[in-house]
Amino acid sequence: MELLRIATAGSVDDGKSTLIGRLLYDSKAIYDDVLDSAERHSRKQSSEYFNLALLTDGLKAEREQGITIDVAYRYFSTPKRKFILADTPGHVQYTRNMVTGASTADVALIIVDARHGVVEQSRRHAVISALLGIKHVVVCINKMDLVDFKEDVFRTIQNDLHALLTELEIDSHHFIPISALQGDNVVVKSDRMPWYIDGPLLPHLEDLVLPDKSENAPLRFPVQYVIRPLSNEYHDYRGYAGTIASGRVEVGQEIAVLPSGATTTVTAIDTPEGEASSASEGDAVTIRISDNLDISRGAMLSGTSERPTTDNSFDATICWMSERTTLKPGLMLRIKHATHTARAMVSEIECRVDINSLSNVGFCDELSLNEIGQVTLRTSEPLVFDKYADVRGTGSFILIDESTNETVGAGMIGRPPFLGSDQG
Amino acid sequence: MNSPEKSNSELLTSSQLRALEAESIHIIREVVAEFERPGLLFSGGKDSIVMLHLAVKALRPAKLPFPIVHIDTGHNFPEAIEYRDRTATNLGIELVIGSVPDALESGRVQASTLPGASRNRLQTPVLLDTIRDGKFDAVFGGARRDEERARAKERVYSFRDEFGQWDPKNQRPELWNLYNGFTNTGQHIRVFPLSNWTELDIWQYILEEGIELPSIYFAHERQVFERDGMLMAYSEFLKPENGEKVFTETVRFRTVGDMTITAGQKSNATTLEQVIAEIAVARVSERGASRADDRTADAAMEDRKREGYF
Repeated sequence: MELLRIATAGSVDDGKSTLIGRLLYDSKAIYDDVLDSAERHSRKQSSEYFNLALLTDGLKAEREQGITIDVAYRYFSTPKRKFILADTPGHVQYTRNMVTGASTADVALIIVDARHGVVEQSRRHAVISALLGIKHVVVCINKMDLVDFKEDVFRTIQNDLHALLTELEIDSHHFIPISALQGDNVVVKSDRMPWYIDGPLLPHLEDLVLPDKSENAPLRFPVQYVIRPLSNEYHDYRGYAGTIASGRVEVGQEIAVLPSGATTTVTAIDTPEGEASSASEGDAVTIRISDNLDISRGAMLSGTSERPTTDNSFDATICWMSERTTLKPGLMLRIKHATHTARAMVSEIECRVDINSLSNVGFCDELSLNEIGQVTLRTSEPLVFDKYADVRGTGSFILIDESTNETVGAGMIGRPPFLGSDQG
Repeated sequence: MNSPEKSNSELLTSSQLRALEAESIHIIREVVAEFERPGLLFSGGKDSIVMLHLAVKALRPAKLPFPIVHIDTGHNFPEAIEYRDRTATNLGIELVIGSVPDALESGRVQASTLPGASRNRLQTPVLLDTIRDGKFDAVFGGARRDEERARAKERVYSFRDEFGQWDPKNQRPELWNLYNGFTNTGQHIRVFPLSNWTELDIWQYILEEGIELPSIYFAHERQVFERDGMLMAYSEFLKPENGEKVFTETVRFRTVGDMTITAGQKSNATTLEQVIAEIAVARVSERGASRADDRTADAAMEDRKREGYF
């Protein structure tokens, strides 16, 4: 089993922090002194029960105000698997954080309060997960203790969300009735819901199988850095360092260098563990080739067939993240795509997307903080890219404000199929 | 599914460590490609040792194109200093030292006369001076997010303003593996390639890679005394007070910091395997167990980080 990266989101009240606290506590990822500190604080707030949520609260500011302001990363592991959990607040003004947390996740963990059913926030989390290309969703229907562990409450919520997830083309989804506070179906199977025959949450996450991404995927290798030791021992060494964004590379394979289009042959692959005959997605390697070509950072290596697109204009879905400015046609920005940094200009904003109704709001002339829209960008140099739906690593980019240097936008090339077409 | 349990779990550890390794190498290469003058903070502690090991792997067979930087409180374990110097010599790289004793002598910083005060906080101005004087625009740090709650919220690329300050509410969103390293003159980025590693990952990686560590990480006999329930090493920098008794104990250190604030623990673990076995069942976090500086207040780290600390 590989490392599993999970993104979760929720509001202050739906029990998300309690659930994470429970996972950390029951999987013994919480040390006694951290527990003591949370307990001390629990007493300070005169809570009647030990507040598991305090285990995950980060900053002094947050503890005082009882809020979560940002993405926090949590780590826990079981004998079977190591987990990295990106924990974000789920409120509408935190769309930016949810997008950030989801960008690196394999699985989305959606938490629904059994008493309230599917609310706007649950929908938003599902839509953002789909937008960011997450293939697996696990829905925890929490606070079952407060609805007397009734099956029909669970089934109603399951049916509602099932329809939405199907519409979003997330086929791998799973529903679990839990009580985070009392520990039902989190780590240990609850005996208070005999109608639920599947296992609890943690074993489900432990056994979740991710598809082997390298299989049949096209090779994409953004060149990150050129290694030239210029030493006596390695006088002629010239290697192209980078992380394989997709597919697989083998020694002897014929490859294309983009954007130039030149072709060459892989002569060696240096991995952190020494020379290897092949490498695949996620590996940080150094590739050596047979020809003396002019290749620098920002170039892309691919197979000779199934090449990526090279263009200086493309459509993309953008989540705008700036508190100070809005995204408008004509706005000039820096774009960082794979290992290539260039300038980008917004040529058109096609529509804004209402992520709650999944509908396209139609024409709009700007995107402000936490808004998502479909835009056309033009870049100062051609980029070598794929659609985000096809290759995450070569279909994603960030936008950077040229004066403040802040990251102001996240972009995914192409158009998510579930968004529907422009109504004009 | 048919293979025996043990080899499965060994394979598991290995594949997960390789994923973490690849991620760290990616981050290190990004910095070397995009910044003009990076530096790597190196204390001789296990995290900075692993970080340096990863940097060497990320760029080999080329020599490291940046110096290692040590902020020296003057209260170090001699074993860590010896390790630091030997490592710099072996790798043939520059060692930049920011010296707290020098800063005290020149009056740049003032030692606190309060009881229990350490030189911990004095490191911040010295660190910031060293970064400014060395014109470093990116500084690698070995901090991990599992260490402490303020760290859990910090980015891999952590922006620092002209005053070296961290503003937790005003951090750049960090998406995919696309890091934004743009800064203006006088600002810099702290880069944490080990963000996603846990303490156990670090130890297992050290074992798998056969990385040498300073001897204080393994059980040895040492003169210690007990303070606030922690075993402090007796040294010229830290002496017992108010009837605290010095005795000999077999201890190892779980972190390597300033001698006046780093506590040891009773242990008989003399090999990496034994240390890992102890950590796997430990019930106290490494900072809680061994860092007197973090016990001062719940938000001690958050406050120090805001000022520009590691």
